Amino acid sequence: MKTLYNKFESDNIVLTSLDHLVNLARANSMWYLLFSTACCGIELMQTGGPRGDLERFGSAPRAVPRTADLMLVAGTITLKMAERVKILYEQMAEPRYVISMGSCANSGGLFQSAYSVLDGVDRVIPVDIYLPGCPPRPEALLSALIDLQKKVKKEPYFRKKK
Amino acid sequence: MTSALKTEYLTINMGPQHPSTHGVIRFILKTDGEIIYECDPDVGYLHRGIEKIAESVTWQGFVPYTDRVDYVCAMNSNLSYCMAVEKLMGMETEIPKRAEYIRVIVSELNRISSHAVAIGAADMDMGAFTPFVHFLREREHINDLLEMACGARLTYNYICIGGVHNDLPPAFLSKTAEFLDHFEIVVEQINRLISYNQIFIKRFANVAVVPPKMAIDYNLVGPNLRGSGIKFDVRKDKPYSVYSDLDFDIPIGSGRAGTLGDCYDRYMVRVEEIRESIKIIRQCLKQIPAGETKAIVKSTIKPPKGHVYFRTETPRGDTGYFLYSDGKTSPTRLKIRTGSFTGMSIIPEIARGVFIADLVAIIGSLDIVAPELDR
Repeated sequence: MKTLYNKFESDNIVLTSLDHLVNLARANSMWYLLFSTACCGIELMQTGGPRGDLERFGSAPRAVPRTADLMLVAGTITLKMAERVKILYEQMAEPRYVISMGSCANSGGLFQSAYSVLDGVDRVIPVDIYLPGCPPRPEALLSALIDLQKKVKKEPYFRKKK
Repeated sequence: MTSALKTEYLTINMGPQHPSTHGVIRFILKTDGEIIYECDPDVGYLHRGIEKIAESVTWQGFVPYTDRVDYVCAMNSNLSYCMAVEKLMGMETEIPKRAEYIRVIVSELNRISSHAVAIGAADMDMGAFTPFVHFLREREHINDLLEMACGARLTYNYICIGGVHNDLPPAFLSKTAEFLDHFEIVVEQINRLISYNQIFIKRFANVAVVPPKMAIDYNLVGPNLRGSGIKFDVRKDKPYSVYSDLDFDIPIGSGRAGTLGDCYDRYMVRVEEIRESIKIIRQCLKQIPAGETKAIVKSTIKPPKGHVYFRTETPRGDTGYFLYSDGKTSPTRLKIRTGSFTGMSIIPEIARGVFIADLVAIIGSLDIVAPELDR
């Protein structure tokens, strides 16, 4: 892994770029907002449980959007809820990421023909990773989290393109 | 100081994004200091229009939607709808005996896992995180068993009109028996860990008392009703499927920690019901006959004109399906009556004059699930 440039000039000195170091820390402490609306919430809970164990990837649930890095949209978003989702997303500090979990959040899923359901959470907030399934298995959610970590590690954080 | 201090009620908002409201439920609280003066629930944040969708899908096509009506106990929802359609078609007697037993086994397993979430979430809301994690671990065993039977972990679509989709795999019955032996011990362990814990009892006892008369007035169902000491269970009083052949008790609240019908009674009824479910499954495992698992049903059914109301006992109480058929391939009208809705309607009454922290205990003990509430 090219996470650190292992050039040890002398003891206790590691040379690396600041981007690498910060991204390593950011990717491995993805705190997610505890925000489950429907069925996917139960699978999210099970993933956080002993078998899936999200915390081994450094992901801990947060109850407040202001301390969260990641929003896991787990479940159907209705039109009444859509406004709240946007408010919650805007309350999160940048850089912020979104995983759209399950068919309902991706596209409305089974309920896209309903009069009260938003067909896809990407209509109100930008989404980084779409995770298919109704509901996705815990393994799928872990895989999505790992993919997001890969994405975060590649990002230029200090040297943003202007 | 002689002049009286001017005070006023403070209106605060709880939800829809709140870690202890179990999904998207919102309360508008008018508080007097720490005490709730008025609590106004705002429902509909998860209204998915399931009843309207039913009018445009086929009778069989609606079964997956019933999974999502109450995802914590999807098997029970499936059972409720399928039995309603079977009653409408007048084919209750054609269901093979083995299918009936399989239905009871899987729905009682699902009842255990649903109560595990209800109890665990109530513990978590009271600040005890460990029991919740224990229950999540045990739930994985049930998920594995049900996955073995039908291939899905949460939304099963296993029970179908006329029986069940496929026969159980050969190892299912022995694995279920193994799980029950293991789980019976775990229930007692978790009871020692949390249910008999003095701090926990102090949080739940004498809070939000629902007297028997009020429970009937507000139409509470299921464990919430039985927590108030009223012995009513659809499985026993209006038996369906093979429940009339099975021997089980109905646990009711007795005011063991304080007053009859308080939060602790409702909580303990669920713990006792887990034990009863274990008893039911054990009997089914002994009595299950060999044979067919599905009656012959056409791929597109057209039930005769008429209407039917069928009720079953799901973990959240008496769930009823009202179906109206015009003899077409899809229902003309479908109405779902669920236990969470009545549970929600009593909150303004019992939450008056309690602490804000106790409102969390009330929600936890009533076991409200948002999609079942809003549909």
